[in-house]
Amino acid sequence: MNQPMPTQAEIKPMLPVLPVGVAGYGAYVPRFRLPAAEVARVWTGNTGNSLAVTEKAVAGLDEDVVTMSIEAARNAIARAEIDPVDIRAVWVGSESHPYAVKPTATIVAEAIGAVPHTQAADWQFACKAGTEAIQAGIGLVGSGMARYVVAIGMDTAQGRPGDALEYTAGAGGAAILLGPAAESLAVIEGSHSVVTDTPDFWRRQHERYPEHGQRFTGEPAYFRHVTTAASELMQGLGTTAGDYAHVVFHQPNAKFPQRAGQLLGFKPEQLEAGLLAPFIGNTYAGSALLGLTAVFDKAAAGERVLLVSFGSGAGSDAIAFRVTARMQAQRDLAPSTATYIARRTQIDYALYARYRGKLALQ
Amino acid sequence: MEVSRNWRLQSQRYRMEGLRCEQCGTVIFPARAHCPQCAGESFASLALRGLGEVYSFTQVHDAPAGFEHDAPFFLALVRLDEGPLVTAQLTDVERETVHIGMPVEMVTRKLREDGERGMLVYGYKFRPLLRQRRPDEAVALPARVRVPATEAVAA
Ligand SMILES: [Zn+2]
Repeated sequence: MNQPMPTQAEIKPMLPVLPVGVAGYGAYVPRFRLPAAEVARVWTGNTGNSLAVTEKAVAGLDEDVVTMSIEAARNAIARAEIDPVDIRAVWVGSESHPYAVKPTATIVAEAIGAVPHTQAADWQFACKAGTEAIQAGIGLVGSGMARYVVAIGMDTAQGRPGDALEYTAGAGGAAILLGPAAESLAVIEGSHSVVTDTPDFWRRQHERYPEHGQRFTGEPAYFRHVTTAASELMQGLGTTAGDYAHVVFHQPNAKFPQRAGQLLGFKPEQLEAGLLAPFIGNTYAGSALLGLTAVFDKAAAGERVLLVSFGSGAGSDAIAFRVTARMQAQRDLAPSTATYIARRTQIDYALYARYRGKLALQ
Repeated sequence: MEVSRNWRLQSQRYRMEGLRCEQCGTVIFPARAHCPQCAGESFASLALRGLGEVYSFTQVHDAPAGFEHDAPFFLALVRLDEGPLVTAQLTDVERETVHIGMPVEMVTRKLREDGERGMLVYGYKFRPLLRQRRPDEAVALPARVRVPATEAVAA
């Protein structure tokens, strides 16, 4: 860390007045896969890349953040076995909302049957828009204002043709249904956020593809925020890396989360269950949350799970969970994240160009 | 494309909300004014589970206006567990695997878009069943609510 964050003497984790937990969770990954070797073949003539991403998930012609969020939210509701009319907020974090103006969240709320007595809004904070919505949801449920909140992180990420991002910019995400801790599959033990104005990655209004600060994305952006949020939360909760059975980081590629884990004292096996970037790429706002769903699919009662997101611009949310005995009975009520990842149809660059609207037809 | 018409069809398109005839129990989807079985006019609304199987299908190459971007695609008659036969696109399928009797489930997908500036229309399609059916879902509803195939096709 070349420029450490200023630290406070005592970090108090964020905790709601009423205990809050994960009532249900749901994943979605579209079925198409574009191998990184195929991107390399088109643009470099080689077949390798240094990001340790084998392939990325690509949305089909009839899919977008709306349709993918609807399916993930339905999966979360199925696992929670609740009546969707009790959901008081539907929040969707993404940087690929289909409309520039008109909420994704109202369409999702309508489709899952949460309308009309609910809040609905779209969240924006690059890749951490979903965990931002979770944080707010913890507040809404934990204050007693709402019984249930569904927070979604979902993206159909775009990389400029030939850009380094094109190897990894994938599609997918997850929905986390927050509710009272007493009926939850995992209890929230605390959360913590760090944010600074760091210009590592951005996309201006009306621009189709993002810009990035090249090497600037690593140390001052990703690693500084992720490690600070994680270490301060663990410190505030009186825990260390060894107390967590699983840790999930935002995954812009496979190397960044592995290095972050190493810096924080985690062993590779603690990252394993939630490290999905090698198989689906970087799903942006969906990335950390999808990893969390893959962990929930496997975690045993009593195990602690640490989730650490990262959003360019820049900031990081760290959230600590403890899995309850209810998890095992409920998780098979919706398809596992592994089921979605195994559902795989490989495409070439030509089909990718068609599916992602990279061909000008007029 | 008419914005108001799409809006009125939302509960049907997004959530597969149909009707159950209060007189004879027939499940009706999409909604209509009279029960095809008993001509009854009093209904309760019913959210269909979206599970069923492919009754028949065809591949569309020459798509109607508004659907050209999706061609070629599969159009199917799907027999829902609750009885009704619905016409819908199949998605996430390949020519080699789609077949009559294929178990399918409803998903909400983008049906069409009105150019670069118009609205996006979402609605139901069906795809091969992804999740495991729960034991209580494997059982179809009692026979009395099933609409005979001939009637449903005629409708
Ligand atoms: Zn009737």
